[in-house]
Amino acid sequence: MDYKNTILVCAGTGCMSSSSLKILKRLEDLMAEKGILEQTKIVKTGCFGLCSVGPIVIVYPEGAFYAHVQEEDADRIVNEHLIGGKIVKDLLYKEALLENGEIRPFEEVPFYNKQVRIALEHCGRIQAEDINDYIETAEGYEAIKKAITKMTREDVIEEIKRSGLRGRGGGGFPTGLKWQFAYNAPGDQKYVICNADEGDPGAFMDRSVLEGDPHAVIEAMMITGYAIGANHGYIYIRAEYPVAIKRLEIALAQARESGYLGKNVMGTDFEFDIELKLGAGAFVCGEETALINSIEGKRGMANPKPPFPANEGVWKKPTIINNVETLANVPKIILKGADWFASIGTEKSKGTKVFALGGKINNVGLVEVPMGTTLREIIYEVGGGIPNGKAFKAVQTGGPSGGCITADYLDTQIDFDSLTALGSMMGSGGMIVMDEDNCMVDIAKFFLDFTVEESCGKCTPCREGTKRMLEILERISEGHGTLEDLDKLERLANTIKSTALCGLGQTAPNPVLSTLKYFRDEYVAHVVDKKCPAGVCTALLEYFITDKCIGCTKCARVCPVTAISGKVKEKHVIDTDKCIKCGACMDACPVNAIIKK
Amino acid sequence: MAKNVFTEENFKKLDQVIAEYKGKPGALMPVLHEAQKIFGCVALEVQKKISEGLNIPLAEIYGVATFYSQFSLEPKGDYVVGVCLGTACYVKGSQSIIDRVCKDLDLEVGKTSADGKFTVVATRCVGACGLAPVMTINEDVYGKIVADDVPGILAKY
Repeated sequence: MDYKNTILVCAGTGCMSSSSLKILKRLEDLMAEKGILEQTKIVKTGCFGLCSVGPIVIVYPEGAFYAHVQEEDADRIVNEHLIGGKIVKDLLYKEALLENGEIRPFEEVPFYNKQVRIALEHCGRIQAEDINDYIETAEGYEAIKKAITKMTREDVIEEIKRSGLRGRGGGGFPTGLKWQFAYNAPGDQKYVICNADEGDPGAFMDRSVLEGDPHAVIEAMMITGYAIGANHGYIYIRAEYPVAIKRLEIALAQARESGYLGKNVMGTDFEFDIELKLGAGAFVCGEETALINSIEGKRGMANPKPPFPANEGVWKKPTIINNVETLANVPKIILKGADWFASIGTEKSKGTKVFALGGKINNVGLVEVPMGTTLREIIYEVGGGIPNGKAFKAVQTGGPSGGCITADYLDTQIDFDSLTALGSMMGSGGMIVMDEDNCMVDIAKFFLDFTVEESCGKCTPCREGTKRMLEILERISEGHGTLEDLDKLERLANTIKSTALCGLGQTAPNPVLSTLKYFRDEYVAHVVDKKCPAGVCTALLEYFITDKCIGCTKCARVCPVTAISGKVKEKHVIDTDKCIKCGACMDACPVNAIIKK
Repeated sequence: MAKNVFTEENFKKLDQVIAEYKGKPGALMPVLHEAQKIFGCVALEVQKKISEGLNIPLAEIYGVATFYSQFSLEPKGDYVVGVCLGTACYVKGSQSIIDRVCKDLDLEVGKTSADGKFTVVATRCVGACGLAPVMTINEDVYGKIVADDVPGILAKY
């Protein structure tokens, strides 16, 4: 049926956290009240990507991009736009309104117009909880149909190989080659696992795909299953993603009911079903062998490779583990062909990559760009630059496995190999921008702290080595570090890199090594001058009272060591030798006259 | 300590869960997840029951329960105050927020208040990075906050 308007409301975790479901309800109620519910298609979508301006509502046919929508704004959208036919200009995202008063449809605002969406293509377009929308709007289940009715298993593997698709979960191993290994492995029973245990702090693309386009992942797993000869799949998903889990459960039930999952798929003798397995909060379970142990009900510890999971995986059977984003590309490659996919990206990294752009950046959100886009384009054109007029300092990619990249390398074309060459990593695709207020020693410490906590403890370099590194970093940030410590850090880092059992340990030193390489001055300032230039490491800061002081004496009264002196109604002074830096004075000051520097 | 969760009724529910998964490969993780839903934690006595039911040594269960951060050996408070320490939140100052929460509630991270009302946890990326820094109290999400917002938010509970 034809609708007069289509209204899309973001129901990704970000927008739902700021009450987008209440807006949706209000819109529905008002439309029902005004009798226009029938002529409007309402789509509860997954993440639109531009999370920093959420909650987002988009109204077609104009593509009007409403940002920061509040519940009460629903009235105006219904009355003025849907009924009155006039776009509510003052509710539009600022970049969607041109100076001459014309509006720019949502796809054409600067955040989106540099992007190429393949993995995220349907996110924010389709109704995730409705299989029919996936089928009608997104050519859903056409790829698996093509694979099982027109292609041999070898054809499918060949197509993926020729596309140049590499694993998006971290290391970038060629996907087709991995499938080939599992295809070649002897055995009747094989498995497909979707790794949805996104544990990288600051990355949320897998969650967004699962929330916004769950059927694409199911379809891709079926294609994988067909190619390698597996009839059973597991989705290993973080228990911390309740919305994604719920939508997957709905999608799996719909796929079974519609005859896509189960026996005799589409009248062929192909059989496939999928089971959800909940992770329980262990970063190391992103590593293949640890993930397999976890599915088997054991502690998620890594095993030495070989044997590789493609030969000996879950229940010791040949197993393919692909990450969510990798899988999201698969149905499109089968439908549009390997040549189309291989025409996007760089020579050795084909297609696109989704980044979770966060930190000190104007447009926080999910972005998908062709491989080979420069960091500068992502940060300044798509990301809209650094807020509050601050200076760019570094960009951290690859999470705890990655490293920091400085302004000198902003024109690097990013792909798997160029990031590794810079001492960082693609990793899952977290991209955190830092400005002058961030201390690089502190950031290194932050990641080491994470690794120490998440190490599975099986091998000594990772269990003991990262702990020693963290202790050194703590010493440095507390002002007790020496120049020898910096050498020791480097030595330890290199040893751990070459001796740890799995990817977690082998990459754990990257944040330290890259900050030492590019920001050595900052380490030296902590060690020699006992100063934190960015003003973060508390132990190295001193408290001062500025001229704003009104002499109320509150600070002096709360100071536990009587380090503050001064007369009533006159400016007070802190004796920095006596001060124990507890911060009580700062909390007590009613006029924010006390600063740390 | 708050209300007693180790009731006969809850153990009956656990028996049902064990019966459902018994014999299935990889049963331990889903049973622990369900047990945590029922009791709010997987205390040693819960683990003992699972050990008998699934015929898995208690030592192995204890190893698994303590390995994963989702599983808690102690019951959590009525309100779980989570401060996101994911990278996006951290670079925007979530450390000062968790410090303030701990100070205001007089609790360490991971601990529950004596009256069983609050538990403070440092969470790893809620995935709402657009709202960084983020603090959650049970299902409620508070985004783009500063340390001074903390007392006002806590006062609502």
